[in-house]
Amino acid sequence: MASRFHPWRRFLARPNDDRVKTIGIAFLVALVSALVVSVTSVTLKPLQEAHLAAERQARMDKMLDTLPGLRNLMLEAGVDGLETRVVDLSDGSFAEGVDPASYDLVKAAEDPETSIILSPDADIAGLKRIAQYAPVYLLERDGKLLLIVLPVQGAGYQSTIRAMLALEADLVTIAALTIVEQGDTPGLGSRIEEPEWQALWPGKKISDADGNIAISVVRGEAREPYEVDGISGASKTGTGITNMLRFWLGDHGFGPFLDRLRAEGI
Amino acid sequence: MSLIRHVTDPLIRGNPVTLQILGICSALAVTTSLSTAVTMSVALTGVLIASGAIISAIRRHVPTSIRLIVQITIIASLVIVIDEILQAYAFEMSKRLSIFVGLIVTNCLVLGRAEAFAMRNPVLPSMLDGLGNGLGYSLILVIVGSLRELLGAGSLMGRTILPTVADGGWFQPLGLMQLAPSAFFILGLLVWLARAIWPEQAEEPEFRIRTGRPDRD
Repeated sequence: MASRFHPWRRFLARPNDDRVKTIGIAFLVALVSALVVSVTSVTLKPLQEAHLAAERQARMDKMLDTLPGLRNLMLEAGVDGLETRVVDLSDGSFAEGVDPASYDLVKAAEDPETSIILSPDADIAGLKRIAQYAPVYLLERDGKLLLIVLPVQGAGYQSTIRAMLALEADLVTIAALTIVEQGDTPGLGSRIEEPEWQALWPGKKISDADGNIAISVVRGEAREPYEVDGISGASKTGTGITNMLRFWLGDHGFGPFLDRLRAEGI
Repeated sequence: MSLIRHVTDPLIRGNPVTLQILGICSALAVTTSLSTAVTMSVALTGVLIASGAIISAIRRHVPTSIRLIVQITIIASLVIVIDEILQAYAFEMSKRLSIFVGLIVTNCLVLGRAEAFAMRNPVLPSMLDGLGNGLGYSLILVIVGSLRELLGAGSLMGRTILPTVADGGWFQPLGLMQLAPSAFFILGLLVWLARAIWPEQAEEPEFRIRTGRPDRD
């Protein structure tokens, strides 16, 4: 029989505890598995990327729609979206070598290699660790900043609140605050998601007359331009938002970046 | 036909979840809603059938010393393929299932069937055994998922069945049902039910619980 001398048949005919066969089978299984996995991964990649891009776009669109007049601003500026840049939080410069399109803030904040641990007195927002870099979204025309959107997050009453804070060109006036994600008490703290409450934010100032960060959610009615009405029964959530904004506008958050923008522009 | 037994046996009486208590980690994690439970069931059944077929096809040539690693490699590759397909064609669902599709690799049910059945049987029975065990697992997931979604959110497959108070209805959802412990309670009740019907399934206790009183015997 000719097939007996066929190398493949000879290989399979070896006893199963044979060393050559063990290594051969291990190699073959690994090779075939790797091939199948790579082929699937490569063929499906474009579809998956499209989903991810659509998701980012949807999130951004949702926020943009909450900013009144922004669409017109964008039309005037002749752009169809905000520009994403990644900021090095330590000195407020734009980070080189980080791709804004693929930068994932949530993942980066969890990875020990890309995040820093906050000291307990600096950590007023209850975050424990934050990412070294954070994305910001800019709208500019002829090199002049029109609007900037900052992603912020902090501990609410029983959940982490994620929000987008949009500032106008003076970097003091709030254009909008949009809550992206929260899980506070339904009916109380969760009402921060309601458009009626978020509508209180546009026009508020982040700092007092002396330039100190003073934005706060107060109990009862707001009196100063940097105060926002709290939701009754949700004072802890309100405090959480106050601390979150003060943290991210302060020295450990976007403070250095905003200072740099005020001093030198983009 | 005796082949059919491979499918029907593990469905209820020999159910891998209630009898062998296998695969309960995912049964707990993905059953907050029926749709995630169904997707997970389909994914796991697919992996079981495919891994059964492949492992059984090469079973005569797998060296004993590396058989577990060979099985795990094949199962892991299949799981990655399923995960990639879900990410491409059912993106929302794959986001809700997050890592639990990937964790099918560590589901004892899959490796258990590969080692106990597919390594010793021809291809067709191995595939049927995979189908049967997959359906048995699916049955439990669907029961747990339906109960948790219905009682925890008043809906099934995302469709409102019991209008909740928050939406102006009458049903006060049981928050506990959305949390992991409720899956244990329901699983426990199912195991209890199975062992009440077939008392021979109950295991001898490995240890007697000490009661503080001196031992009698």
